[in-house]
Amino acid sequence: MTRDEIKDVILEIIEDIDEDAEFDGLDADKPLRDQLDLDSMDFLDIVMELRKRYQLQIPEEEYPELATLNSCVNYLEPKLKEA
Amino acid sequence: MVFTPLDKVRQKYDVVVIGSGLGGLTCANRLARAGHAVLLLEHHTQLGGLATWFKRGGHTFDVSLHGFPYGMVKTCKKYWSKEIRDSIVQLNNIVFDNPQFSLTTTFSKDDFTRILHEQFTLDRVTVDDFFNTVRAMNFYDDLGMTTRELFEKFFPGRSDVHRLLMEPITYANGSTLDEPAITYGIVFSNFMNRGVFTFEGGTDRLIGMMATDLQHNGVTLCTGAKVERIIVENGKTKGVVVGDREISASAVVSNSGITNTIDNLAGRDAFSDDFLSRFDKVVVNNSSSQVYFGIRKGEAFDDVGDLLFTSTAKEFSSEEMRRMDTKSRTFSVYYPKTRPDAPDYTVVASMNANYADWADLDEQAYGRAKEEMVERCFDDLERYIPGIRDKVDTIESATPQTFNRYTLHTEGTSFGTKFEGLDISRTIFKEVGGLFHVGSVGIIMSGWLGAINYGVIVANDVDAYVRS
Repeated sequence: MTRDEIKDVILEIIEDIDEDAEFDGLDADKPLRDQLDLDSMDFLDIVMELRKRYQLQIPEEEYPELATLNSCVNYLEPKLKEA
Repeated sequence: MVFTPLDKVRQKYDVVVIGSGLGGLTCANRLARAGHAVLLLEHHTQLGGLATWFKRGGHTFDVSLHGFPYGMVKTCKKYWSKEIRDSIVQLNNIVFDNPQFSLTTTFSKDDFTRILHEQFTLDRVTVDDFFNTVRAMNFYDDLGMTTRELFEKFFPGRSDVHRLLMEPITYANGSTLDEPAITYGIVFSNFMNRGVFTFEGGTDRLIGMMATDLQHNGVTLCTGAKVERIIVENGKTKGVVVGDREISASAVVSNSGITNTIDNLAGRDAFSDDFLSRFDKVVVNNSSSQVYFGIRKGEAFDDVGDLLFTSTAKEFSSEEMRRMDTKSRTFSVYYPKTRPDAPDYTVVASMNANYADWADLDEQAYGRAKEEMVERCFDDLERYIPGIRDKVDTIESATPQTFNRYTLHTEGTSFGTKFEGLDISRTIFKEVGGLFHVGSVGIIMSGWLGAINYGVIVANDVDAYVRS
């Protein structure tokens, strides 16, 4: 997947979690948690959905890599290259 | 609702869940939605664990509905359904009445800030500081500070303030002032978010909707099925023995109590000495007693509040609250609005209790102790609802023995374990591959919201294991 495709997947998963999520003006370098009112349970949902879709195992100590939209893409890009 | 009889259950599943408390139900639902074949086994004839109800004399009594935090709205929508979320409604009148103060509140941060400032004459900066401190607490933070020290730091010598802040939480999860302050901070902040909420239609409707959702998502539900043993071979779980059946599974999730899971279901032989030495430090929480009052059809009473924290004890003491003759109890008052389809008035008095106080009584002494408890509750309730004795047509009571019988919890615990249980529960699958635990542990993962969210957290662990 390309970086843009990965970004779309992340936003799509977040939209499934919270249909009211407002992506306009989202700063890709700032924490998703603050901008979209996500809590730790929501991040767990993202991890579980990525595992379901791409058999991707993200260890707990690497959850912080998912903090911002850009850090998500940086972290997932090598893992989803073939996806 | 028609469940699957044990002899119709398949030979093999991806995951077997033992027990149908809110944690077990949620874990099962989440795993089924993620595409796993899930079997849920419950020893009782009814689903729900301690999220339960019973019928007597034409009334339906809710055992643990009392009130939960606003977080249930988001949690129910995400992990259950919009229909379940849409039945969550606020309880507006939370009443405190004791020798130190009497007040009515929404039990929200805004209202508590106002009360602490106006009625308890504390300055706003201190109150704001306190709220900011407890809200910022995480379960992995330092455990050094106790709740007592936290209160003394912000409100030194103010036993009235300590009581206001602590009493509801002691009822909610059995904690004391000597617990780690973080356990207090996390639970208290959850409630302070927006106040206290309940489920319109009652516990029976909620659990019924959950059962429908579970079956829709493909979970096989089997009640009256008591698991005898979790099969462990070469450090891994292979399934369970239930009745005369052996059912295989890649993963087993025990929603039985953590002590029951290790001591009785898996057996201590399955664990390392190091793990067992940590496990043996786990302390189970206290149990509860309850008295249920049903009001005769045609009778009514005025709105006296939804949840009443009452005590005639001079000061707050979690020890006093567990005594058989405690002067402290909550009244959960259910009006016709609770079940619009079957309007009724019921009152449930709840007290904390020590299992040991009730366990060793002979039949006669046990019966007498129950009668005396009912009388004490009547006397206290009379102060809020005058003439209540003449309006009641149904009385029932429950003791720690009752809780033990229906939930099989060690010592009838109503709130799982103290803090040490959390680490054991979280790491059990690292000891025995494929064996997971979900249920009230560590004080934090307790109550309806805590149990449901913990079910989601454990489902993530199970999913990772099964897919690896």
